[in-house]
Amino acid sequence: MDNLESLTSSALQAIELAGNAAELDGLRVQYLGKKGSLTEQLKALGKLPAEDRPAAGVAINQCKQQVQEAINLRKESIDTAATSELLQREAIDVSLPGRRQQAGALHPVTRTIERIEDIFSAAGFDTVEGPEIEDDYHNFEALNIPDHHPARAMHDTFYFDTNTLLRTHTSTVQVRTMETGEAPFRIICPGRVYRCDSDLTHTPMFHQVEGLLIDENASFADLKGIIEDFLKAFFEADLSVRFRPSYFPFTEPSAEVDVQCVNCGGEGCRVCGHTGWLEILGCGMVHPKVLEFSGVDSEKYSGYAFGMGVDRLAMLRYQIKDLRLLFENDLRFLQQFS
Amino acid sequence: MKFSEIWLREWVNPEITTKELVAQLTMAGLEVDAVEPAANKFTGVVVGEVISVEKHPDADKLNVCQVSNGNETLQVVCGAPNVASGQKVPFALVGAQLAVDFKIKQAKLRGAESNGMLCSSEELGLAEKSDGILELPADAKAGQDIREYLKLDDSLIDLDLTPNRGDCLSIQGIAREVGVLNKSQPNFPNLDAVPSTIDDVFPVELLSPEDCPRYLGRVIRNVNVSAVSPVWLQEKLRRSGIRSIDPAVDVTNYVMLELGQPLHAFDLDVLDKGIQVRRANQAEKLVLLDGREVELDKDTLVIADHTKALAIAGVMGGEHSGINTNTQHIFLESAFFNPLSIAGKARTYGMHTDASHRFERGVDYELPKLAIERATRLLLDIVGGDAGPVVITDADLPETREVKLRASKVFSLLGIDIPAPEIESILTRLGLEVLESNAEERNTSWLFKVPSWRFDISIEADLIEELARIYGYDNLPISSASTGSRLHASSERKLHLRQLRRRLISFGYQEVISYSFVEPELERTLSSALTQPVILSNPISSEMSVMRRNLWSGLLQTLKHNQNRQQDRVRIFESGLVFSKTEEGISQDAMLGGLIWGDQTPEQWGEGSRSSDFYDIKGDVENLLAMTNDSSAFSFTAAEHPALQSGQSACISRGQKALGWVGALSPKIQNALDIPGKVYLFELDVKTLEEATLTKVSNLSKYPSVRRDIALVVKKELNYSELAALIRQQAGEFLEDLVLFDVYQGENIEADKQSLALGLTFQNPSRTLNDDEINEIINKCIKALEAQFNAELR
Repeated sequence: MDNLESLTSSALQAIELAGNAAELDGLRVQYLGKKGSLTEQLKALGKLPAEDRPAAGVAINQCKQQVQEAINLRKESIDTAATSELLQREAIDVSLPGRRQQAGALHPVTRTIERIEDIFSAAGFDTVEGPEIEDDYHNFEALNIPDHHPARAMHDTFYFDTNTLLRTHTSTVQVRTMETGEAPFRIICPGRVYRCDSDLTHTPMFHQVEGLLIDENASFADLKGIIEDFLKAFFEADLSVRFRPSYFPFTEPSAEVDVQCVNCGGEGCRVCGHTGWLEILGCGMVHPKVLEFSGVDSEKYSGYAFGMGVDRLAMLRYQIKDLRLLFENDLRFLQQFS
Repeated sequence: MKFSEIWLREWVNPEITTKELVAQLTMAGLEVDAVEPAANKFTGVVVGEVISVEKHPDADKLNVCQVSNGNETLQVVCGAPNVASGQKVPFALVGAQLAVDFKIKQAKLRGAESNGMLCSSEELGLAEKSDGILELPADAKAGQDIREYLKLDDSLIDLDLTPNRGDCLSIQGIAREVGVLNKSQPNFPNLDAVPSTIDDVFPVELLSPEDCPRYLGRVIRNVNVSAVSPVWLQEKLRRSGIRSIDPAVDVTNYVMLELGQPLHAFDLDVLDKGIQVRRANQAEKLVLLDGREVELDKDTLVIADHTKALAIAGVMGGEHSGINTNTQHIFLESAFFNPLSIAGKARTYGMHTDASHRFERGVDYELPKLAIERATRLLLDIVGGDAGPVVITDADLPETREVKLRASKVFSLLGIDIPAPEIESILTRLGLEVLESNAEERNTSWLFKVPSWRFDISIEADLIEELARIYGYDNLPISSASTGSRLHASSERKLHLRQLRRRLISFGYQEVISYSFVEPELERTLSSALTQPVILSNPISSEMSVMRRNLWSGLLQTLKHNQNRQQDRVRIFESGLVFSKTEEGISQDAMLGGLIWGDQTPEQWGEGSRSSDFYDIKGDVENLLAMTNDSSAFSFTAAEHPALQSGQSACISRGQKALGWVGALSPKIQNALDIPGKVYLFELDVKTLEEATLTKVSNLSKYPSVRRDIALVVKKELNYSELAALIRQQAGEFLEDLVLFDVYQGENIEADKQSLALGLTFQNPSRTLNDDEINEIINKCIKALEAQFNAELR
């Protein structure tokens, strides 16, 4: 039995010293394996007198168990150490930047157009586009702006020949929609428009969104409603809105719409020219002549149209101070919209 | 139209402040652009009376004056050349503040004591420049504050009038509006006829009666044109932004501002026999008041005598027939011209005058009578003379317009029931006359007569607009009846530009927007010679004179712009129309174009840097095409494009339809633009691209897939697409996936060949494929490849 004790204690000692899982497994085989020294002890039980066997058997099994437990314990501690070593070895600086392709961004004008489209889409307006090179008829005549009308002087028009021009507004699209479709209509028409004018506050190309609703019994009250709702939704603020009588040849009554200055809240500042108001869009009830030009029965149908400058809306919303930034396409500017 | 508030208030004077007046005008559709004070903010200036003037003993250019301030006489040293005893002048007393940093103090000038200053118009801020002190009328009372005397506490209100409101281009017109808004009647000045004192008349013939249906003329003899316009008149002109010239011109301008009728005064002595109002003869010449000689065209209406054109009717007078310093007798014209005959004429000759501005918009045809009397009275007061009778020559005057109005239409268009009495009240205040009214139940209707000054009212909607305007847009209700919800969704069978843009953004492309008109030379080098550009006839500059035939010129210019700002990596795209001239006319096609330049990924620690190449941009394009869910319809074929590098450019097709291009920028253009490093471009036709098929999910196989890799040595010039097509065809329906995972040239491969490593994945939907089957397929493929392309298994 001395042998057993010394065997056990040397096993326990060796286990304690085992540095890794392999070594430990070696010890397990050495002591507890099929031919392990403690297992051998069990095999040697037969040589003992019968009456000693149970006690010796118990003693051996206790030793085996003791060794097994020591191995388990040691294994756990070796595993823990290994894991922690692995974790330590594989630890990285999570503050290093991630690997990536740098995403681009929409141009602020496109972003603004999409925003306007989304707002009106919820009210059932479809987006329609049209040609940019237009004829005199669609740009002027059909919109009740005959030749030599003083309003023509306000549209500094780019011409290709006497009848072909770059559209000066996207109202052309409402004409094209009405002349080819059947009332009722509910559309918005975003797009590029052109006027022969270039200075600090004008670019020869800019963007408009034109809206048109033609239905039975559409009224000025509805126009006021949708414009107010739109402006509040667009600027995400409960702004005051005012309608001022104005004049466009293609609408009657016509209105210029001012919104409480988004920069100063109406106190008066540089942005609003110290008036507290921003002139934001033009609108009105579609002129009966315009309806008739495009084959819509002006007794049965009425409707409203509105038009807004997208570039200005984008500038107001994103606090762009210089209009020219919009078409210089400086990436340092554009990437701010990521 | 700029006007003096005090002048307006002489006509109509509601009890409202300037601020309220301005708000009222703006909200009535007469938008106030600006309000400015009529004079500088100065104090301490009174009417002074010059008692005596003596030369300064020690200064040639100075005078020592004794000036009364009403209470006492003070000594003032004055440098003005025009100072004279007996004059009434603006007198700045000691302590007067002429400007923030300009205070009058007692002073000694070359030894002479000076107690104040005599002022010029310039010093009071009444003129840009003046030569001497301002002489006031003799009836000015010494000691009266000059601000009070000249009514300088006045506001100048600038209206930005819309083209339909020509009737408001006068004090009378604005007063009419303000009267309507405040329910008060304007006071008219004395417009009574001036009786003639001589019988002289000058004959008038209207040879183009449609253009000029009414012409009034009057002879005024023996005028003194050297007289000076009185200060009150000069001040009113100044406050309307018009310079004083001479009494005759000043009076015609004054009446134009006051009543809205442009007038013209001729020197009677240079007129031959009589006035003829006619169209110009082709190429007839006329020297205008501004000294320019113009060649007239046949559409231009002129005022002529029996031998020559004297003036462009309603636009500008001629130099030789105008009033000059020798004029003794005047022929005064006050006419009505058809707006359509005048419209656009001034612009044709590169002009814009106060007269043309008004006549184009329409001037009341009942106004010439009042205006000629008003002008005569003022002229006689200032330049004296004897007036002959007014001769009126009339032809086809416009018919009075009558417009029907239905209360029901008012309601349906405005969304409000305005009571019938209020409708009548508003419209009659505006000068309309009720000709008929029918009070049916809940639908009264009227027939209104439109006043002669309102050229903009001819249909029912015009009347409804007037109602809305005067009722107040703010008082009209708000509703949302017509915009009830209506569900609608965009089609999934169409690829929207929105989706394509977002995909490109996620690949690192930045959206740009560039001008649609571009520099012609660059545009030409980037475009096919088989198409023609569309050229602007009035471009803003030569760099923006041609419409783009593709999006690349804008993208390349954007690249240059950013390169010049130290960007070393650019990935951009744009969408928009491109334009070209075709046999059928002008084609305008929506395109989506992109450009990459520089490293494929932004500089970063975790990824090596590598320049972008053809296959990077092609991969982006393929990803866009995949969005149609119809990838197999697209093909890339090597082809030449003037903008692209031969051998690195491909034409993209969808079935038989051309879809676009992808490739490297031609080295020649790259050098010309001075771009270091290669640029890759693509452009796709949106219409051809946008058709998409709806996803139809196929069942997933439960059985394992098997992959076989093969390496083939083939001639370099063999197109991969042909090889892949053959494999797909030979491998049959169980080929689930074909991937090219290596392209190798070099050791062990002949110089004109390359090795392609391909992975073929097979799967059967209903059973496990066995090795024999797969070997058979692979062998079949290899045989075909050997036969068709001389490919060898490596």
